[in-house]
Amino acid sequence: MEGTQLRTESPSRPDLRALFLGFSSVGLSGFGGVLPFARRMLVEERQWMTAEEFNAQLGLCQFLPGPNVVNLAVVVGKRYCGLAGAIVAPVGLLAGPFAIVLLLALLYDRYGSLPLVQGMLRGIAAVGCGLLFAMAWRMGSAIKDKPFFLPFTALTVAAIAGLRLPMPIVMVAGLVLSGGVAYWRLGRK
Amino acid sequence: MIVVELFLEFALLSFVAFGGATALLPEMHRVVVENHHWLDDQTFTHLYAIAQAAPGPNVLVVTLIGWEIGGLLGALASTVAMCLPMSVLIYLLIDRWESFAGKRWQKAVSIGVAPLAVGLIFSGATLIAQAAAFGWATWLLVAATVVANLRTKLHPLWFIGVGAGLGLLGWV
Repeated sequence: MEGTQLRTESPSRPDLRALFLGFSSVGLSGFGGVLPFARRMLVEERQWMTAEEFNAQLGLCQFLPGPNVVNLAVVVGKRYCGLAGAIVAPVGLLAGPFAIVLLLALLYDRYGSLPLVQGMLRGIAAVGCGLLFAMAWRMGSAIKDKPFFLPFTALTVAAIAGLRLPMPIVMVAGLVLSGGVAYWRLGRK
Repeated sequence: MIVVELFLEFALLSFVAFGGATALLPEMHRVVVENHHWLDDQTFTHLYAIAQAAPGPNVLVVTLIGWEIGGLLGALASTVAMCLPMSVLIYLLIDRWESFAGKRWQKAVSIGVAPLAVGLIFSGATLIAQAAAFGWATWLLVAATVVANLRTKLHPLWFIGVGAGLGLLGWV
């Protein structure tokens, strides 16, 4: 193993308490995605892992479906505290925001019928919709080999937004086709 | 039991949540509003807006939906259902990740899933617009948000603030 020689031991190994608090701070700091904050906490602030380690671990978290940052919390928790850590870290990540959204939900249940509140939520939904279009645009621009892969984007929109087909079926079919094209393209290089 | 049904529906969705909870918006709408009639269009849009304005991972929109459908138990069930299956899988797989990272099939899946995720997020945006029945002024705000978000580095919270303000004034 050549890696063992080079590996600089992370200066601090968190215990369960540190994992919980560290991921709590991540969960509460971000709006619209907290992954950048997770990186800052893990690599820069607390230095639980190096940038290379972070990127390597993030690979699987992004490869698998599901909330990437929750997956990341499981990985980091397991690495330092085994099964207990893999439970405590994601719970720490989600506990604070969970309480906050439930508080907001209580307020909504109480005041949601007021025209002012409805107007405000409508405005936020409009902006949120714009942010989604922008995110789709940015992600679409980042795709390589556009002539081969953007048709799959169009097919997904047609199947999901147009025909309203169930997503599990669309994703399995899409992944076989689009992944198949990717597999073929990879072989040609 | 509605909570059990909720748990099973969301656990199934977690297996196809490429692109995170954001990519699931259209499917959650289909399941929750169209199939089961657990929520109406308006409530769904409102919950999405609340999740946008709250701190934390995107997955919390799932928590809000669970809460409106089944109270505290519903919120817990939907959140756990969304997070648990992949958490277990990743716990088991992470030590073996090195052995299949970079393999041709692994790269093919990663490349292949990206255009689908773009389509899902685009669909989510159109769906929110449909569910909220946007008028021309609202579409103007949507367009302005897209342009400003792509052209500037302004924090998303500024956009949320402006949207909330314009909405309070009744302009959109």
